[in-house]
Amino acid sequence: MTEASFDSQGAPARKRTSLTVTDERTKARNRAETRFRAYGVAAICVGVFFLIVLAFSIIRSGLPAFTQTVVAVDFQLSQQDFDEAEAQLFKTKAYEGFLIEAIRGKLEERGLEADFDAGAIERLLGKPGSTLREHYRANQQDLGQEVYFQLAAASRVDGYLTGRVTRDTLQDSRFLQMSDLDLIDELVAVGVITRSFNWNFITGADSGVDDPGGAGIGASVIGSFFMMLVVLVLSLPIGVAASIYLEEFAPQNWFTDLIEVNISNLAAVPSIVFGILGLAVFIQFMHLPQSAPLVGGLVLTLMTLPTIIISTRASLKAVPPSIRDAALGVGASKMQAVFHHVLPLAMPGILTGLIIGLAQALGETAPLLLIGMVGFVARGNPEGIVAGFTEPNSAMPAQIYTWASRADPGFYEKAWGGIIILLIFLLSMNVLAIILRRRFERRW
Amino acid sequence: MSLTKLTTSALAIAALSATAAAARDQVQVAGSSTVLPYASIVADAFGENTDFPKPVVESGGSSAGLKRFCEGVGENTIDIANASRAIREKEIKACAENGVNDIVEVRIGYDGIVFASQQSGPAYDAFVPSDIFNAIGAKVLVDGAIVDNPYNTWNEFNGDLPAAEIAMFIPGTKHGTREVFEDKVLLKGCEDTGAMKAMMDGGMSEDDAEDACLDVRQDGKSVDIDGDYTETLARIDANPNGIGVFGLAFYENNTDKLKVATMSGIAPSTETIATGEYPVSRPLFFYIKKAHIGVIPGLKEYAQFFISDELAGPSGPLANYGLVSDPELSKTQKAVADEQVMGSNS
Repeated sequence: MTEASFDSQGAPARKRTSLTVTDERTKARNRAETRFRAYGVAAICVGVFFLIVLAFSIIRSGLPAFTQTVVAVDFQLSQQDFDEAEAQLFKTKAYEGFLIEAIRGKLEERGLEADFDAGAIERLLGKPGSTLREHYRANQQDLGQEVYFQLAAASRVDGYLTGRVTRDTLQDSRFLQMSDLDLIDELVAVGVITRSFNWNFITGADSGVDDPGGAGIGASVIGSFFMMLVVLVLSLPIGVAASIYLEEFAPQNWFTDLIEVNISNLAAVPSIVFGILGLAVFIQFMHLPQSAPLVGGLVLTLMTLPTIIISTRASLKAVPPSIRDAALGVGASKMQAVFHHVLPLAMPGILTGLIIGLAQALGETAPLLLIGMVGFVARGNPEGIVAGFTEPNSAMPAQIYTWASRADPGFYEKAWGGIIILLIFLLSMNVLAIILRRRFERRW
Repeated sequence: MSLTKLTTSALAIAALSATAAAARDQVQVAGSSTVLPYASIVADAFGENTDFPKPVVESGGSSAGLKRFCEGVGENTIDIANASRAIREKEIKACAENGVNDIVEVRIGYDGIVFASQQSGPAYDAFVPSDIFNAIGAKVLVDGAIVDNPYNTWNEFNGDLPAAEIAMFIPGTKHGTREVFEDKVLLKGCEDTGAMKAMMDGGMSEDDAEDACLDVRQDGKSVDIDGDYTETLARIDANPNGIGVFGLAFYENNTDKLKVATMSGIAPSTETIATGEYPVSRPLFFYIKKAHIGVIPGLKEYAQFFISDELAGPSGPLANYGLVSDPELSKTQKAVADEQVMGSNS
């Protein structure tokens, strides 16, 4: 009889399987796998989507901070005016007064169509007083001669040129009036008002809240640099020494277990706690200076140490025991085995952990709040190395936070620009970490 | 290994910087976030116009600033506390306990408290202080009885106001602005609506009734903002019915986004606040530690520069930013010149 006749009789039959024909269960499993892959792709797509939105919005909001609206003027200041301005209490304002008069004269000579008065010119300019005063104090031979200046325009004029302030939304205020826009349009047409790259944003220091055009992130980059130097110099030796001891030499007992648990716990402590500690210990007890990158660096060292110890121990653990055994087998001492063989092999991992820890510390604001690095700190570039550590300075994330909380929308733009700079630093640190890993990592 | 070298050099740097830091050469200021903008304008100009370095001005709120101010005398404490309210008796006592005895009080001018909503939202142009109290008080007077606040929209208690959902964003308790808001708006509203009288008739003591007046409803219609005005602005941006409490200067910097609410029919401006027509304003202060004058270079100069006519006067940069200048500025100038401490006379 054929098999078909068995089937037709309804007798229990052996289920026929074939490698070429997929049965229901295989199909179900394949479907499940396809679904899972789709979920994965979807998850990545969502992630990439948010990343793109974030990057796009950061770049769109931050790019205007890198350019600046400038007013080009030929300005002549007489010795007499100089002396008069220097004799006053509010000297920079006096310089601005002379400048406004000069510009007014020039514009009237030129015969512009738009109506304007001294007030309009004042609203047009940012705070050029300090630029003028600095220039003339340093170059007294320029007194009585025409000097070509490119002065930053006021933040709302800048906003008008970048599209932040529009004719539809502008409400007349003492900062900018509708009639000023005609004057601006005309000055743009004749090339007096132009946009140029804002070097001051990259190199300068913070400015008063009424002068977004003069604000720069440079000084706080230097502050961050000195803090990172402190973190690097302190946390690398301490972190590596602690992990080597714990991993290679320490006896396994309840005390080292306790230390281990505590290190893991410390890594999870909110960073603001380290700020409070820093205030109590470094400033109030040890009398270190307030608002100084030295204290900031010390606080951030405390914060990053657990992270560095954990990652260093992980990379020490990843070195196969055979290396140690071989070294010990040919007669190396324990210390020689560690320093000649284990540590060099673990170095790429240690450095990666260190750089990631530094990047984390670089972006930290909360602990700096309490030691006086957040706020108006505009000391400019420090004079010398020691001053770099001890003189008040801000840090990049602190500067961004300060700008974001200011009323003038021009500062909001600066905050986004600062984020771009901070991200560039973080990205390059992470790239460095990847390069180090790629170059030196060894697989077993 | 260079580990030992690294560690020693690190310690050496730390020690070196610690000794170099012995003399602080800049003025250190902390306190009110309302005064911060003005202080930063002055600090910036002070550095540009004198040979002193720019003072460091921190934010954090009036209470936090005064607390740090009262921590003691010495270079590792701040020299000046900014405050958007007057110093309290309690704080003066805390100061005295830590050896901060001679305090110079400096009033720099006045600031208006402004209620503003989203530019495209409904217009709130018929406010009186009692409306705000009715909207966000925990217990209000309805038909002669004190009840838990039943209102959901503004027009339920004032027909001139829009039928919009109540959503207020008020400064958190760490801000000095909150105190003025409580005093000039909530307490006044409580008295005006008769709720306070009703509470006292109901057997409460005057103090208890005052406290009850300042209680804010907790059902989400009123939200405490502990951050800066920018946070309030962000909340308003997201809620067309939302009304936020701002300082005048902040509002004036953001007129393209915010629509101001009038109070008793008066729109806030430096003029209406200076004349007292606009009811909700408060003086702004800073407090100087007299013991630091002469020790910290530039401290007295900074204070004098701050309140000079050129800066704090009606045509100065502070007024241009939104400060209502003090008509009695010359008196303050004299007090600072004489280093007149609190409690001596005047």
